[in-house]
Formats: sequence, C-alpha cells, structure tokens
Amino acid sequence: MTTQAADTTARATVLVDAPQERAFTVFTDGIDTWWPREHTIGEAELKEMVLEPRAGGRAYGIGVDGSESDWGRVLEFDRPNRIVVSWDITLGWKHELDHAKASEFEVRFIPETADRTRVELEHRHLERHGDGWEAMRDAVGSPNGWRGGLEMFARAAAT
Amino acid sequence: MTALGDPTRRAIFEHLAAGPLSVGALADGMPVSRPAVSQHLKVLKDAGLVIDRQAGNRRIYSLDPDGVAELRAYFERFWTHALGAFKQAAEERNGHEEVS
Repeated sequence: MTTQAADTTARATVLVDAPQERAFTVFTDGIDTWWPREHTIGEAELKEMVLEPRAGGRAYGIGVDGSESDWGRVLEFDRPNRIVVSWDITLGWKHELDHAKASEFEVRFIPETADRTRVELEHRHLERHGDGWEAMRDAVGSPNGWRGGLEMFARAAAT
Repeated sequence: MTALGDPTRRAIFEHLAAGPLSVGALADGMPVSRPAVSQHLKVLKDAGLVIDRQAGNRRIYSLDPDGVAELRAYFERFWTHALGAFKQAAEERNGHEEVS
C-alpha cells in the first residue's frame, strides 16, 4: 500500500541562547513569563500560569479572581532534558475532562553548546481531539470560528 | 451526539489514525460485525472525519488528510508563537543573571 498514516503530530523548534538547565527552568518553573496571555481556558483574565515541576504535577492557570483552571497533567518530568504534559484542552479552549480525548506535548532540551539550547516540541495524538475537529468544521466561515482562530494566531505570530 | 460520541466509532477513528485500513481489516481487529463497521464508517465519512478510496475490490479508509493538516497547522502556529515568547524570556533571564 502506498498511502501513509495521516501525520497527527505538530512540531516546532526554537534555538535559545541560554544553557540547557536555564532553558528548562524558564519553560517549566517560569511558564508564567512566556505563556501567551490570551490563551487561557479560565473564565477570568489570566493572572498567572503554573506548571508544577514534577511528574504527576498540575498545569493550570490562575485568574485575576483567584479561580484555578487546570489544562494539563505533567506526565514526565526529567530535568533538564525533557517533559511530557497532557493537553486537556478541547479545540474550543475548554477543559477536557476525558483523558482519552486529551493530546500531549513533549519538549526536549538539547544542548548545542554550553550557552545554546535547541528546544524541540512535539504535540502528538492530535486525532484525540476529533470531536472538536468536527465542531471546528461546523464553525468554518464564522468570524469566531476555526478560521478566525487561525487568523488570530497568524496576527499574533507576525507581531 | 457527535460522530465520535459513540465508543465504537471513536475506536474505529483511532485505528485509522495509525494508518489506512480496509473495512475487513478494521472488522478483524474489533468485536463488531463488518456491516456494523461499514455503518460506522459511513457516519464518520458524512461527518468529514474520514475519506475512502477504492483499491481493487477493496475500499480503503483513512483520516481525512485535510482535516488533520488543519489541526496540525493550528498547533504549529500556536507553538511557534509560544516558543518565540519563551525564547525571549529565556534569553532575558539569562542576561539578568549575568548582570547580578
């Protein structure tokens, strides 16, 4: 058979001028310093993002009203090399309570030199969001729907 | 109910995430009859989640590559944006520590 499996993994890489340990620490303990503020599944505006630095830890946002909104579970925590975190977020940016429908992302911190780290991210099992995929298709064409989301990301990425 | 709200359809969908399969191959791997698998596949196809094509005397099903590509693009844009902000934070902090 000539056809291949559909690629259900998203990938992104960035080179950081920082040592491996520091890159790892900023990504995990320091998630609040870089997480895109508009990406919260809480009702309230995001005050702080937290990623508990241990396997079994929670990833959650704290709203300005003090409410906490979980969005991930730390599945693996191997300082300073890699982490795996579940993505318990539906495509509509709501908390996904069914773990079978959650995807996950792995981040690897690979030292290139003493002061430079390659950070490779793989967000896999995207097919598990299949339900949202369907809803997304229904939303195509509406300003706040799927296309709108893509445009928002494109604008954010360009600024 | 959404097309994937049914556990059997969800299982079929996840089998197809690993690679394209014929109706017969799907039915062999599941405690469901072949006609039932065909019925579920029709629902998935109507929902735009899977596509099919004829290969000889068999019909081969796979995830809709356009849908998967959109999903991947969504996450790649999100992470490219987020990792850009992460890079800035990591490099700023680096600078601050050298100063102190």
